[in-house]
Amino acid sequence: MLSADFPWLTTLIVVPLVGAAIVWALPSSARRWVRHVAVGVALLELLLAVAAASTFDTADAGTHQLGELRGWIPQIGASYAVGVDGVGLLLILLSVVLTPLVLLAAWREQAGDVDRLRHYVALILVLETFMVAVFAARDVFLFYVLFEAMLIPVYFLIGQFGGQQRRYAAVKFLLYSLAGGLIMLVAVIALYLQGDGGPQGFLIENLVGLDLPVWTERLMFLAFFLAFAIKAPMWPVHTWLPDAAETAPAGTSTLLVAVLDKVGTFGMLTLCLPLFPNASRWAAPVIIVLAVISILYGALLAIGQQDLLRMIAYTSVSHFGFIVLGIFAFTSTSIAGSSFYMFNHGLSTGALFLLAGFLVTRRGSQLIADFGGLQKVAPVLAGTFLVAGLSALSLPGLSTFVSEFLVLIGTFARSQPAAVVAVLGVVLAAIYVLLTYQRIFTGPVRDELVRTPDLSARETWVVAPLIALMLVLGFYPTPALDLVREPATVTLEQVGVSDPEATVSTAARAVGADAAATGTSSGTTSDDEGSTT
Amino acid sequence: MTGGFTAPQIDWAALAPILIVLGAGVIGVLVEAFVPRGPRRTVQLALALVATAGAVVALAALWDGVTQDGGTVVLGGSVILDGPSLLLQGLVAVLTLLSLLVVADRTATGEDAFAPSAAAVPGSDYEQLARRQGVVQTEVYPLILFAAGGMMIFTAAGDLLTMFVALEVLSLPLYLLSGMARRRRLLSQEAAMKYFLLGAFSSALFLFGVALLYGFAGSVRLDAIAEATATVVGLDPLLLAGAVMVLVGLLFKVGAVPFHSWTPDVYQGAPTPITGFMAACTKVAAFGALLRVVYVVVPSIHWDLRPVLWAIVLLTMAVGTVVALVQTDMKRILAYSAVAHTGFILTGVVALEKSGIGSVIFYLTAYGAATVGAFAIVTLVREKAADGVVLGEATHLSQWAGLGRRNPWLAVAFSLFLLSFAGIPLTAGFIGKFAVFSSAIEGDATPLAVAGVVASAVAVFFYVRIIVLMFFTDAPRSGEPAGTPAGPAAVTGAGDTGAAGVTVVRSEGLTTVTIVVTAALTVLLGVFPAPVLDVLTGEVTRFVP
Repeated sequence: MLSADFPWLTTLIVVPLVGAAIVWALPSSARRWVRHVAVGVALLELLLAVAAASTFDTADAGTHQLGELRGWIPQIGASYAVGVDGVGLLLILLSVVLTPLVLLAAWREQAGDVDRLRHYVALILVLETFMVAVFAARDVFLFYVLFEAMLIPVYFLIGQFGGQQRRYAAVKFLLYSLAGGLIMLVAVIALYLQGDGGPQGFLIENLVGLDLPVWTERLMFLAFFLAFAIKAPMWPVHTWLPDAAETAPAGTSTLLVAVLDKVGTFGMLTLCLPLFPNASRWAAPVIIVLAVISILYGALLAIGQQDLLRMIAYTSVSHFGFIVLGIFAFTSTSIAGSSFYMFNHGLSTGALFLLAGFLVTRRGSQLIADFGGLQKVAPVLAGTFLVAGLSALSLPGLSTFVSEFLVLIGTFARSQPAAVVAVLGVVLAAIYVLLTYQRIFTGPVRDELVRTPDLSARETWVVAPLIALMLVLGFYPTPALDLVREPATVTLEQVGVSDPEATVSTAARAVGADAAATGTSSGTTSDDEGSTT
Repeated sequence: MTGGFTAPQIDWAALAPILIVLGAGVIGVLVEAFVPRGPRRTVQLALALVATAGAVVALAALWDGVTQDGGTVVLGGSVILDGPSLLLQGLVAVLTLLSLLVVADRTATGEDAFAPSAAAVPGSDYEQLARRQGVVQTEVYPLILFAAGGMMIFTAAGDLLTMFVALEVLSLPLYLLSGMARRRRLLSQEAAMKYFLLGAFSSALFLFGVALLYGFAGSVRLDAIAEATATVVGLDPLLLAGAVMVLVGLLFKVGAVPFHSWTPDVYQGAPTPITGFMAACTKVAAFGALLRVVYVVVPSIHWDLRPVLWAIVLLTMAVGTVVALVQTDMKRILAYSAVAHTGFILTGVVALEKSGIGSVIFYLTAYGAATVGAFAIVTLVREKAADGVVLGEATHLSQWAGLGRRNPWLAVAFSLFLLSFAGIPLTAGFIGKFAVFSSAIEGDATPLAVAGVVASAVAVFFYVRIIVLMFFTDAPRSGEPAGTPAGPAAVTGAGDTGAAGVTVVRSEGLTTVTIVVTAALTVLLGVFPAPVLDVLTGEVTRFVP
């Protein structure tokens, strides 16, 4: 019987780091095996994560479980505190599912140069440590440290293994993120000084519910939000993402967009909202507008892209707009939807990036115009790409549909105009996905592409789990929704907003039995909006 | 017969650390005179290492006493033994020890970084002769010990005259050492001259300030001056002018803008091991003295000085970071980065919070370790002539391209130091920045902390640029000229520098020790700073007036 007392999270944090050390330390005679070792470590991590999840009490997903608390730097109030609620657990699961797939996808990368590949897989494992840790951090200082430190492995992943513009993209990525992070640092310090201080003064639970002066709270909120908005990324601070995604190796982009950027939205959800509830309510209207702009802007630019990887990056800007919209719409439906969206977006964009990576390796070009008619020569590749693409446009039956729908109906209850405009994003998504599919896979086969091999068994294994997960959660989302519902209610209580009641029941009817429980949350007020819908 | 003179009671044990270092310096001079040339270098090095290590041991022995009674006054108030002074002296001793290892390392080329005969005219026959005979300038070791001794007194001085004497004791050897580079000797001598002239000027200002403060308080003792400031009503011109001039003298030594103009030239011109020693230890000592003056004398007049001090802090951060952005020489980049760091540390000094003392000491530790380590690495990256002869240091940025491909460990260590300078979490530099900015916010200097954070963000660019060069850029093929060497025509010991490739020379092992120790410190203080912070935030880090 697995015990919840075992330090699961610390184990999850340490295992990939040890794996990276082993990969680096392998004697040159054994370097042929680095890929096997790395994938083995990543699979072990996946098993451990599943074991940890099995000890997680889903009925109580709103409270942080598997907690560990140790003094780290008591002099400045920092503790090593980890713990996950449903959302954190879901994102950790996403990280550990994607890492082995990314490692598997990189099997033949770096032109068979095993020595370079060794650094690549080791950095990926280091990154996995940071990804798990950042979603588990329950101490503002620890979170900040991880938030910043995880930039370094990504920086090397882009700068050392990327394409033509890798230096520019890596530096741009680092500077954008650090600028946001350093502004946040001031707010982190100020927050500590506003709190009770002491050796555990940075624990999130000790900082929630402080009575802050109005403008102090607002400025601190803005500093945190800016850092997270850059990370997410939201319009207008998104410009680093297309550059980074275009030049980074596909595996890096997968982790960057599918997991790392989630730290931004995760931070908004678990830090901005509970720590600065009043300021969050104050800023919400503007943020909703920015989110809607992100949705449309990202989708429109995605349609216009000629580079496949840039296209996927812009679709993500659009999707992150949906996530932020759901978070700041302040209904339990939309927040639960956003939390689930974070997971689904990871699956869908991860699959798209990995498949795009396979395409680019085959063709040696990232330009969409260089492809054509591939469906006839590589049907499996075309089919998987189509499914991944359809998940990006939220086709019913795929898990992204459930989350996007929850976000939209939740938002509709709060702000009809925002929801109506955001729905246009879904239409635009259909255009960019189908147009891209059409250009790459349909039409006459281009002469250069006649000999394009279809997905190998290894490559099929890379995308199959993602597609399977999307399908399973599309038809039966209950396990995931169980994890995100309670945290959404807790967050809503912390922000001090209640659901518009009537709307939620509409929402519940629309989604069906699974989401019905979402609507049973603490709706106490019934405003006009609710009755009109 | 003896008149009214009474010999003061001297607690020799309390002075032991300083006496060990200075005494070893004196013995070093005798070694120069009496030990034959063959074993001289070994004897000098052993003596210097034993002296600095002995000073650390002596300081550790004194530590218990200070933690119990909070500190004592020695030599009738001239030297103060309290928490900060012990910690800073220890830091100076440790950093000196680490620097000495770099100084002593002759690398695989068999030559150290110093001119065989510093007195010879550059390019003269006499110089050629001295080099051919393999003359070694072992005066370097006693000079460093004298400088280190001066620095240790500087941090512990209880009156302004002792402080002035210490200032001179630490400065004069440094002026000399700066002029002793083996290669690019004219540049080195120019640096020494500049350093000396500007240093003399600032010493004069300091002394003038001391005179004015004496006129104001009737004493040069810091506690007496502090006492007198408490009774002042309104503005006292003597006090203000005196305090400002003393501060200017100290700010010159820490390299704050607008008194920084010597830094880039001296850092570039001085022999690189000396640059590392000077950059780390002088900063520690000068900040020690500055902290003491600011925290003991300034509090009651800090409202009058606040605008000036704030302006200096802002200027220092801004000029340091912005000018560093456009440098192309590694040593000059590190010099301007040192200026920027002076600004960051100053935010903790002007905070005037009790926590500021510990923060500044931690920052100095983090910065000192990274600086000694970084300059140690600079000594190993060399130019190589077409015929394979290893020349001087390859300090032009473009020459560092691709270092990460050829010497991954060296490049990783250098990146680590740069990331620590940049204040990236999980390095010591981050905790240092966090500490001083926290103190600044605590001391109602939030604008300074915000400015510091913005400057840090800008500074990241030039640190990261070096990492980009080392790891993400392919090296110019060997045999090709590696960029144009910066600065005036290099006067090297080995002739032509044109068409030089770049190579990394093997250390004799001593430099490697320094690099490993400083890198380990940088990581350890970044990940597990708790034990050190525990000491620094304790009751012991307060000044005994």
